[in-house]
Amino acid sequence: MATAEQQAHTEEHPTPRTYVNVAIILSIITIIEVAIVIVEVPSVILISSLLALSAVKFAFVVGWFMHLKFDARLYQALFLGGLFLAIAVLLALVALFENFTLPAT
Amino acid sequence: MAHDATMGQAEAHYTTTGLDHRKILMWVFLASDCLFFGALISTYMVYRSNVPTGPGPEIFDIPYTSVSAFVLLMSSLTMVLALAALQRGNSRQARLWLLATALQGAVFLGGQFYEFNVFVDQGLTITNSVFGTSFFVLTGFHGTHVAIGVFMLLTLVGASWMGRLKPKHDLTVELVGLYWHFVDIVWIVIFTVVYLIPS
Amino acid sequence: MAMLGGLLERPTGTTGIWSWLTTIDHKRIGTLYLVTAFFFFLVGGIEASLMRLQLAIPDSSIISANVFSQLFTMHALTMIFLAIMPLSVAFFNWIVPLQIGARDVAFPRLNALSYWVFLGGAIILNLGWFTMTAPAAGWFAYANLTNTTFSPTNGMDFYVLGLLVLGTSSLLGAFNFIVTIINLRAPGMSLMRMPIFTWMAFITSFLLALAMPVITIGLVELGFDRFFGTNFFVFERGGDVLLWQHLFWVFGHPEVYILILPAMGIVSEILPTFSRKPLFGFPVVVFSGLTIAFLGWSVWAHHMFAAGLGPVPDAVFATTTMAIAIPTGVKVFNWLATIWGGNIQLKTPMYFALGFIALFTIGGLSGMTHAAAPSDLQQTDTYYIVAHLHYVLFGGSIMAILGGIFYWFPKMTGRMMSDYQGKWSFWLVMIGMNMTFGPMHYLGLVGMPRRNFTYPEAMGWDVWNLVASLSVLFMIAGIGLFVWNALRSARSGEVAGDDPWDARTLEWAMSSPPPHYNFAEIPVVHGRDALWEQKYPDEEHAAPRPVPAGGAEEADEHHDIHMPSPSYFPFIVALGIFLLGITLLLYQAAAVAGYAAGAVGLILLLWGSYGWIFEPTD
Repeated sequence: MATAEQQAHTEEHPTPRTYVNVAIILSIITIIEVAIVIVEVPSVILISSLLALSAVKFAFVVGWFMHLKFDARLYQALFLGGLFLAIAVLLALVALFENFTLPAT
Repeated sequence: MAHDATMGQAEAHYTTTGLDHRKILMWVFLASDCLFFGALISTYMVYRSNVPTGPGPEIFDIPYTSVSAFVLLMSSLTMVLALAALQRGNSRQARLWLLATALQGAVFLGGQFYEFNVFVDQGLTITNSVFGTSFFVLTGFHGTHVAIGVFMLLTLVGASWMGRLKPKHDLTVELVGLYWHFVDIVWIVIFTVVYLIPS
Repeated sequence: MAMLGGLLERPTGTTGIWSWLTTIDHKRIGTLYLVTAFFFFLVGGIEASLMRLQLAIPDSSIISANVFSQLFTMHALTMIFLAIMPLSVAFFNWIVPLQIGARDVAFPRLNALSYWVFLGGAIILNLGWFTMTAPAAGWFAYANLTNTTFSPTNGMDFYVLGLLVLGTSSLLGAFNFIVTIINLRAPGMSLMRMPIFTWMAFITSFLLALAMPVITIGLVELGFDRFFGTNFFVFERGGDVLLWQHLFWVFGHPEVYILILPAMGIVSEILPTFSRKPLFGFPVVVFSGLTIAFLGWSVWAHHMFAAGLGPVPDAVFATTTMAIAIPTGVKVFNWLATIWGGNIQLKTPMYFALGFIALFTIGGLSGMTHAAAPSDLQQTDTYYIVAHLHYVLFGGSIMAILGGIFYWFPKMTGRMMSDYQGKWSFWLVMIGMNMTFGPMHYLGLVGMPRRNFTYPEAMGWDVWNLVASLSVLFMIAGIGLFVWNALRSARSGEVAGDDPWDARTLEWAMSSPPPHYNFAEIPVVHGRDALWEQKYPDEEHAAPRPVPAGGAEEADEHHDIHMPSPSYFPFIVALGIFLLGITLLLYQAAAVAGYAAGAVGLILLLWGSYGWIFEPTD
């Protein structure tokens, strides 16, 4: 039956130990995020580092907890396609409203 | 293999990729759900600095929300541990982790309910400004996702108690898990974009 | 939980109304879609005919301005969401599993759910006709025309709730077909060996899965504004009416390709069959389909040039829009090259396919003229746009769908439609369509605005309006003849046999109509045009070799093929969704009715879902 599925399950499947390690990393990142917000660093650095940190968290949960890093490539293609499209539409919409709104409305 | 005549959905049978139908379905759904949240977050981003009346983003209590975000983050750990336990054949432990995940989801929802009440008391409602409107609908839409997730988790716990969740059903738990982790990563984004980044 | 499911044994009947309510056979669901959607196609046609009746002469007052607004809104919604989309889905259902060598779709019960939810949404959308308060703000429903001040009736509520329910149906169907096409292809059928119609169904399903969420969020926001007093599109409280336009068209432009790609797929099946040549440049046709779908996400604001986005966005969106003409043009040349040097059989489906190429090309070219932002400012909101969109949607989608019905009718019913009558209906529709929509190019360019219920005599528009209105009669006659032809042929048409057109793809390998399990033995595919390769293994002009496949005459030998039994639960869940869909409406009318519908709907939804999950799989 499902040969690729079995394959995906056998190749270096993370262990509970790995999951706990990932959770520790996620906790540390969350603490850093809250810390830099409270400490008040310059807003350019703040925004870019917050976005980067949350992207790292996002990647850890998707890659390890959702097994996407270890699973069939098809799932990656399906999910990342939707994700990148959503990000592109979001950025385009925000850009259209931030930069090109008519004056005095 | 190709002659396997059974078409029952939950049974193993010939598939082109060797992957299970339901798992592909779940990933396609999650890709689609990205666009749901993408459109809602876009709305919030467009409106966040537009606060003609009532309180604005300064109303957020970052330490409080950090705690509830942390609870949801850790529920992802217990979720994946539940799946690992079931795959090891330990149904009882899986049930406990599933219950723990559902409880953390419930704690998050309770926290959101309390937070909403505080905001309303401070004068931020869903109707008095477009900031309030887009904030409450975005976080409420996410909260609805969490509630559905808790419901599914409790169903799994119930099925496990009745002895109907066996190690061979690990795919079902994995699918609920995928949904649950997705709800978690959406909150990672919302927590950053809505709460942490000042307007 | 076992009790929940156990209350209803899986039904087993194969005839009578219950068998249709509980069927999960993709062919029967395809038939349900086809009949329902064709009914709504006729309803949309009646709405259009009434509008043309009103516009036949200047200063006419047969239909009031209010009713006219309802008519043009519902005409668009009906044709898009209740006719062309579900007609395409009818073909997905009927043909895709057969073309890829599958016994059914990946999730048969989900497939049934899609249909019943669709029917519920269609009913909600049309509820307004009972009180003459149908939606009247245009299918695009621009804010703030849609708020409770400017749309005080329930019309826009029907719009919001109906489209939300219809969107649910579309999403479920799209998910199902994506999984089916990825995962149920016969052994050997790689992606590049997949029939072109299945390819277009695949691409369309992705567009649906990714575009419907955006309009769903727009509708949720509009619904919150209308039902709960929120401010998404309330200018005074910081809302921005342009946001609705963006959300609508981010969905709306991929939607255009959702309407046309299946039609392109149908035409790409018909042309090779009746030219007796393989599709020219198959990989290029596939990749241009993918390119169209991908670029379709980057052009939405060309619907909003008149909104004043500024020179930079206008230039960007004009450029991306023109870029889409390239893959589209590539497809047109591929079709022409397919016919080139072919042994052309001028049967009715071929007529419709050739008509499609001509009319779609005209529509595409007029589309290019409003891809340029400055020229669009002259054309927008005039009849020129109406002419353009009807050349691509009627001349394009509908012509292809009529051709597709004619082409696959023998497979669906086992009988041929009359070719003689088919050609008559083609010419009637072709003449009527060009005489109705052709003059609108001119009317638009001389300034006649869309969506106005009448026009003064002094404008000099009366002659061409009269021509357009009278020509509708040709289309009515053509479509009427088509319907009569289909109904009569289904009963007493010439018996078709397995492969009446000597076609190329796997659906023609089995008996007509196919047995419920489709293939007695799942075929192994060795190349593109899988059936053709088996029929003519050595030489093109040799006599076809008989191809053994799952035929009805062999059915007795195949009692071991086990198909899942029908199920009550898709219908129950859909009924729950329908009741939840009208809950807010009923609540506004009488709170107690709202609570009742909400409670019953929720119970049905939960009961149906649990029953579904714990239902034994056979």
